Amino acid sequence: MLNHPKSLDLVFQALSDPSRRVMVERLSRGPASVSDLAKPFDMSLPAVMQHLQVLEASGLVRSVKQGRVRVCRIEPKALEKAESWFASRRASWERKLDRLGEFLAESSDDHPKPRRRS
Amino acid sequence: MTTRSAQHDTFTIERRYPATPARVFNAFADQTAKARWFGCVDGWTVAEQTLDFRVGGREVWRVGPPGGVEHRNDTYYHDIVPNERIVWSYAMSLDDIRISVSLSTVELSADGDGTRLVFTEQGMYLDGYEGAGDRVVGTNMLLDNLGAELAR
Repeated sequence: MLNHPKSLDLVFQALSDPSRRVMVERLSRGPASVSDLAKPFDMSLPAVMQHLQVLEASGLVRSVKQGRVRVCRIEPKALEKAESWFASRRASWERKLDRLGEFLAESSDDHPKPRRRS
Repeated sequence: MTTRSAQHDTFTIERRYPATPARVFNAFADQTAKARWFGCVDGWTVAEQTLDFRVGGREVWRVGPPGGVEHRNDTYYHDIVPNERIVWSYAMSLDDIRISVSLSTVELSADGDGTRLVFTEQGMYLDGYEGAGDRVVGTNMLLDNLGAELAR
């Protein structure tokens, strides 16, 4: 339950690219064709297909050919796995303890500096 | 909720900080300092934060997205050894639904000119909530979090 399956690495790797995150956000609102997905980008169709391939390999997205159009859908289970990891208690404490490190770095032994970001 | 369950899990996280054990301890003991890092997600509001840092003392956090689910954290301090160890238990609720009860231990030790921190949590998670991340965060928050993680 609180382990990190290997497939999570692929999911996070897939989501590490801003273009692919825009595609995932678009698909989280409903299925879309490859050309729909390509619309927000100044990107060739082959480049879009390569991003789609990474998303499919991670399990985040499935696509099927319907006639001459390839339709892409989000695969909620893969996204839920990633969400569960973020929601897990370990991830929550990892983030807290990282923020503690940032706080300690921003303040010194005798003069705590004012807060830099809200 | 039709299925009742209680799952148990223990995990340990280690960190090394370039700060003295006294400073790290103070970040847990002082309410203002603790609010700087323990707090919550950006954009969330803090409805209540109280800290009575002593053995037998309590701490309460009530936080959440504006208008969204309230995350409540009730803590009781069991053992405090200044600059060395803190032991507390805490219960977490989402709105009025209790989702977990945990025992946490922080152990601090000097490590060169810094501090090694070992955090251990022994948790009991009710009715499958811990696995049900989709009930706690949505896609947008996932992506926001990811962006924040990658920006570090």
